[in-house]
Amino acid sequence: MSRENVLVSAAWSEENLQAPGVVFAEVDEDTTAYEGGHIPGAVRIDWRTELQDPVRRDFIDREGFEKLLSAKGISNDDTVVLYGGNNNWFAAYAYWYFKLYGHTNVKLLDGGRKKWELDGRPLDKEEVTRSATTYSAQEQDLSIRAFRDEVVEAIGNKNLVDVRSPDEFSGKLLAPAHLPQEQAQRGGHIPSAVNVPWSKAANEDGTFKSDEELKALYAEAGFDGSRKTIAYCRIGERSSHTWFALRELLGHEDVKNYDGSWTEYGSLIGVPIELGSGKES
Amino acid sequence: MTNGCGAPTQGGSIDVATTETVLEGKVLSDGTPVGGAFVRLLDSTGEFTAEVVTSPEGDFRFFAAPGSWTVRALHRSGNGQADVSASGPGVHAVEIAVA
Repeated sequence: MSRENVLVSAAWSEENLQAPGVVFAEVDEDTTAYEGGHIPGAVRIDWRTELQDPVRRDFIDREGFEKLLSAKGISNDDTVVLYGGNNNWFAAYAYWYFKLYGHTNVKLLDGGRKKWELDGRPLDKEEVTRSATTYSAQEQDLSIRAFRDEVVEAIGNKNLVDVRSPDEFSGKLLAPAHLPQEQAQRGGHIPSAVNVPWSKAANEDGTFKSDEELKALYAEAGFDGSRKTIAYCRIGERSSHTWFALRELLGHEDVKNYDGSWTEYGSLIGVPIELGSGKES
Repeated sequence: MTNGCGAPTQGGSIDVATTETVLEGKVLSDGTPVGGAFVRLLDSTGEFTAEVVTSPEGDFRFFAAPGSWTVRALHRSGNGQADVSASGPGVHAVEIAVA
């Protein structure tokens, strides 16, 4: 895996807006940004209403994903370039999700909406319609998705990478600091996890740091390249960003994203929780 | 439904619980509010903590904790930053000039 296969720059994207076989898709939890102006020709994917099952806490199933992509006008052989706000959190989540259902050619726009806007590149409000396709998805590739039992079993023997902020890791905050702190589940982190906030993998403009910088970052945090890895955060989107850095950019082979993340783990009965920085002992 | 991680609407007024420490203000360029600026909350060691995009009126808001913070704004018209010290819970006002 190399950077050129999984990331595209804003400059490349602007030159390839009309390229045949390339579909741009903006992914966000709050899609009002898209309505205010999007990359010309980009379709919208709503993380909350389109990628999550409306009843159960899980993803839409394979058939649901096929219907969604068919309706968006995305074909199996299209190269899908994903971007979004929040430093590409939800776009990275969608990237992982597209991989989960076996889409072959998917890339992230490095820096997402932020880099695009800071560069002053064009946005428009044109309604985007693409003709429907007949999309065919694979069964979920569970080699990249971790579930709760496997996370508990991983304590002390796999790399557990908690990508939340230090205050969420220690149990001081239950959510990122741009959100009200109203969650009711317990605070803290999974024992033996290392804390490498997702933001350390990104530059100020939202682009990923270089491979050399990323390698140094995880090595310094105590990441063991010979072990299998599970990344988590609060709801699984910031950890998709780190999953992308570890697996797609640095090429670590066995890296899973735990999408249940802290909102599931911190509400389980009986599982161990560690408080504090985790560095004292 | 799980609460997501996207930022709520910036600006307007909110009811602040007595335990919350809120940092809020505007991003200004020559005194004019700057909408669509990316505002980053950095802790006392300069470490990134959170980020929001300003409302059309230039407003931003963070739910933090007592302590010393830096708010840094990025916009295509320029960048800027300001320090703010929150002695305790409540609303702490701060403005950021970008140039």
